[in-house]
Amino acid sequence: MTDPGLGPGFAVTLAEARDAAVVGGKGASLGELTRAGVAVPPGFVVTVDAFAAAMAAVDPSGALRAEVEALPADDLDAIAAVTARVRALVADGPMPDSVASAVTYSYVNLGTGDRAQKLLILVNTDVAVRSSATVEDSADASFAGLQDTYLGVSGAPEVLEHVRRCWASLYNDESVAYRRRLRLPEAGVSMAVVVQTMVAPRAAGVMFTRSPVTGDRSVVAIEATWGLGSALVSGDVTPDAFIISKVTGEITTRRVSPKIKIHRYLSNGRGVTVSDTPTPLRDAASLTDDEIRALAAIGRQVEAHYGAAQDIEWAVLDGGAADSAATADRVVLLQSRPETVWSAREQAPAGAPRPRPADHVLALFGKPL
Amino acid sequence: MEQAGFPLPSQIADVPGAENWRSMYRYFTRFQPDDDKRFWFYNSMHFPEPMPAFDTITGEVPYQAIGANTARLFVFPTTLGIEHRIVNGRVYITANPVLDPAEIERRAAEFGPRAGYYFENWDSLYEGWKDRLRALIAEIESIEVPSLPEWEAAEVVFGSVGVAQNHYLQENFHRVLALYSKMWHHHTEMLMLGYGAYVVFFQFCQQAFPEISDQTVGRMVAGIDVIMYRPDDELRGLAVLAVELGVDDLFTEGCVAADVLAALESRGSAGEQWLDALGKARDPWFHVSSGDGFYHHHLSWNDDLTVPFTALPGYVAAARGGGIRPRPTDRLIAERERIASGYRELLSTDDEKAAFDQMLGLCRLVFPFVEDHKFYCEHWFTTRFFQKVKAFGALLARSDVIDSADDVFHLHHTEVDEALADVSLAWAAGSPPLGGPHFRPIIAERKRMLKVLEDWSPPPALGPVPEALNDPAVRMLWGITSERIAAWLNPDPDEVVGVAASAGVVEGIARVLRDVSEISSLREGEILVVPVTAPSWAPVFAKIRAAVSDIGGSMSHAAIVAREYGMPAVVGCGDATKRIRTGDRVRVDGDRGTVRVLE
Repeated sequence: MTDPGLGPGFAVTLAEARDAAVVGGKGASLGELTRAGVAVPPGFVVTVDAFAAAMAAVDPSGALRAEVEALPADDLDAIAAVTARVRALVADGPMPDSVASAVTYSYVNLGTGDRAQKLLILVNTDVAVRSSATVEDSADASFAGLQDTYLGVSGAPEVLEHVRRCWASLYNDESVAYRRRLRLPEAGVSMAVVVQTMVAPRAAGVMFTRSPVTGDRSVVAIEATWGLGSALVSGDVTPDAFIISKVTGEITTRRVSPKIKIHRYLSNGRGVTVSDTPTPLRDAASLTDDEIRALAAIGRQVEAHYGAAQDIEWAVLDGGAADSAATADRVVLLQSRPETVWSAREQAPAGAPRPRPADHVLALFGKPL
Repeated sequence: MEQAGFPLPSQIADVPGAENWRSMYRYFTRFQPDDDKRFWFYNSMHFPEPMPAFDTITGEVPYQAIGANTARLFVFPTTLGIEHRIVNGRVYITANPVLDPAEIERRAAEFGPRAGYYFENWDSLYEGWKDRLRALIAEIESIEVPSLPEWEAAEVVFGSVGVAQNHYLQENFHRVLALYSKMWHHHTEMLMLGYGAYVVFFQFCQQAFPEISDQTVGRMVAGIDVIMYRPDDELRGLAVLAVELGVDDLFTEGCVAADVLAALESRGSAGEQWLDALGKARDPWFHVSSGDGFYHHHLSWNDDLTVPFTALPGYVAAARGGGIRPRPTDRLIAERERIASGYRELLSTDDEKAAFDQMLGLCRLVFPFVEDHKFYCEHWFTTRFFQKVKAFGALLARSDVIDSADDVFHLHHTEVDEALADVSLAWAAGSPPLGGPHFRPIIAERKRMLKVLEDWSPPPALGPVPEALNDPAVRMLWGITSERIAAWLNPDPDEVVGVAASAGVVEGIARVLRDVSEISSLREGEILVVPVTAPSWAPVFAKIRAAVSDIGGSMSHAAIVAREYGMPAVVGCGDATKRIRTGDRVRVDGDRGTVRVLE
């Protein structure tokens, strides 16, 4: 195995993240959004090459991975014993300096803080560290344990540690048992890791550029809650729901729900807290009309960029400025994926032309109602 | 499938104190035992109040015309006519569907060419239609109510006319009724087909864009230059003219029409010019009804100048500040085109786009008729009709049969006919008519009963709920859908549900106006709650923040005017004027079609 050596290949900025085989699906998607001019929290991707280099350091001969590959799929005790060893090595074993310095370098270049201070760990940028699977199929990804997310990681050593935890997650019991059942070669196992600046949003949620309920392509559907979107994803709150017409810009549905809990991100390593939503906020709409419109506009922009309906995670940052130009600046996207449910469904055409326009009426009234 | 929920017609108890309500209505409007098997809904859109005896003609005549049109004239394949019944003063209706496939096919063979002929020649037929309507209006205006002189004019003898005035009492009254019936036949002549074009486009849009609101579809269809805007435009023009002529000081908040008109007489040529312009505007544009022509008390601006003169001070104030601008027709047209092309672009196939173009084109073809017919029929003709009936009422009052001209509306037209026969006999015999002691107690009792019946809350529907209520015409006309029925069955006590007619959400203080005569009590920034809004109310929209009405659909005048003013509107609520009180703080949600009473 060749040593990829030092260089930018181990970590790339989001703007440079292109090839999903190198930066994973999430990394490539964030890269494309960045290049499309959509605001995403600044970040970088630790590439599959970094993973390969790290694995080469802890398993230079490949014997360890051969041992994993030889495990019987149904011997869970054996899997548990072997994978515990591999995980310990991946998380804590020797690490090539080239990988560590590439990650550290990218980390200290994040954000706007003073680089020298960050190098001295005087000021740290809080980041989220997420695994970025190189497999497209999300079902595979969930089985393979590639959904790790660590919020509020702070300081280069911590970042490095969590990148390695993501890698190690490839060797958790379920992932390995899954690969063994499918007899997938261990040599093909790979992972990128996305490191992104933490946001502490005022509100966050999801957005579909067609109705998830009816498949209507003329609307954008938004679900929102106070604080982090994790409250919504985890099912801790019933989100507010808004539907906005792409054509008229009218907000046609506005369902404000009592949002019992709020997930908040607290900086300086204090992490994510879950608390009761303050009473004045509970029953208040978590988005203003301007924010709804700004979100919908960005949703349409992303949809147009991909040429397909999107399923988007977003956050609205604290701002204060009321004008809508400033509102748009406060919106960041955390993720965008193609909508799959309705796009996969064959839909009957709403109608076809007839010889004469009036034939439509004749046909309607000729049918039993 | 039968569901518990709505009472059967036979289970409706008489309202205490008005047990004798049946005496006001003809036998053919009574619920029959077999009617329990069918689903009926309260036509609150057209008949939000208990029916005075004469006003039942606005059910009797339209339903014989509509049914004739769909069942016999055009032979609509799937529907015959509409039946109506009256209980406790309220009108319930049901449609007679055609269900047998063989029969539908047999009817479709007739329907195709007949309907096709009208669609293919729509514009020229509509031109001819307008001429026919104008002729009917001229004719009803020309009908004279005989004066019953002491003796006939000499020419009747020397011209060997040979027919005395009392003959014309009944002949002319019958002509008034006959013209009303003819008007309704013309009213439905093109209307059901026009609605058919709407229904087709609405269904297509709903299939392609399941979340699209009726009002958005309406915005793609809506005509910009329709005559329903004319009365309001005329009023704005008069306001500008008042400022130009320097007579604007007369138009102050709370001014009384008669006083202003008298004052203008003494303002020299400026006053004269303004009165001249008013005269021109009044015919025909002030023939706009304050309601929608289903009750005798829906007066026109010409009948009662209160509405225009309540609106004028606001317009005059705006005109002084240069705030009256012509309707931004170009912008409205551009907006309509932008919305239509926006949806068109979202369609996935060329076939769908072609179908969209055809259906939208057809809607725009029929739109001028569908919108404008109301002005000719419900407004212009109908207000003339009721005034003519009232003139016969005045004759009966002069003949000491009833107390006042308006009392005639508490008699069914067959009873009016009787009274006229009585007057005719008495005049001929040289004796007093016998009707006074006969009709006066009847009228007094009916007035009393109507007051009692006003407080009755009619169930929104009666009888078994049909399994699926998807008749597109019923949906289009009355907004009755399966969802609506479900809401009727599970009402929220603080929420009034209607049709979402114009988007937006506002909170404010409600002003409930049951009648146009109360219009001057309206304050700036209030939320208007009325039984019905019509074009004549348009000036009021400049003062209010939202509109709520008991009757109307997403294509009703109120809906269209509210959208133009960009204010929320919820129409067709059924009983908003009953459940909301003046002074209530309410939230009008024009997106969802609800009005919530907050305090």
